[in-house]
Amino acid sequence: MEVAFYIAGAVAIISTVLTITRLNAVHALLYLIISLLAVAVVFYTMGAPLVAALEVIIYAGAIMVLFVFVVMMLNLGKRAANIERQWLQGNIWVGPVVLSAVLIAEIVYLILQARPPESTVGVVDPKQVGLALYGPYLIGVELVSMLLLGAVVGACHLGRPVTKKAEARYDRNSDGTRAHSGGNLIRAGAGRGPDAP
Amino acid sequence: MRRNLIFILMSVEIMLNGAGIAFVAAGSRWGQPDGQIMFLFILAMAASEVSIGLALALRFYHQHGTLDADASSNMRG
Repeated sequence: MEVAFYIAGAVAIISTVLTITRLNAVHALLYLIISLLAVAVVFYTMGAPLVAALEVIIYAGAIMVLFVFVVMMLNLGKRAANIERQWLQGNIWVGPVVLSAVLIAEIVYLILQARPPESTVGVVDPKQVGLALYGPYLIGVELVSMLLLGAVVGACHLGRPVTKKAEARYDRNSDGTRAHSGGNLIRAGAGRGPDAP
Repeated sequence: MRRNLIFILMSVEIMLNGAGIAFVAAGSRWGQPDGQIMFLFILAMAASEVSIGLALALRFYHQHGTLDADASSNMRG
């Protein structure tokens, strides 16, 4: 159990460092997903199985899918397809595959261990967490539900389609401002486009 | 320094995750469920934060044609 904890922690640190040093959003997302899975293994070895499951389901499952969708929506078109083809050829997938193979080996080892996991710290099982969540922390649960409602309303408001007329007006405005500022903003953004290696 | 909005949001996720690890580790050190409950709250907060942040990033991209956070110094009003 100790060894599993340290290996998963090392995988998490390595993949997080690789996440923040990638130039490409999709590669960074891949490493970030591996980092989250490694953190889930760390939680399991620390005696928090409920939180480990939620980390996989919500973080690696829901939030990362949101990121992938947004990255997908931001590069559409023929040029993006060419870039995709270019990305597929490299040996870029070797790093994530190695890191996740380490995690898979570790999980298989933990499952094949016949005896229940004994860790140096106490295991807090989901029943205890549920009892505390709906006992003394009930008001916190209500506040979180209000927060999620606010997030849903805000996302719907921000995601509404902009009418053509307003779009054209904004375009003219921002074009005028760009011309006025000497086009510095466009060049500032173009240097870090998706075609960086 | 990175100024891409997507990378900024991803780094925020990493930092929240680190805070969650600290909470869970402290909770299991004393054998109390409070750390895990704080992690659940952080999880819900991160989910709502990232949904709003990504919606804002999409609007930003449609408005400015770039994801560079410095381009928002162009905004008026």
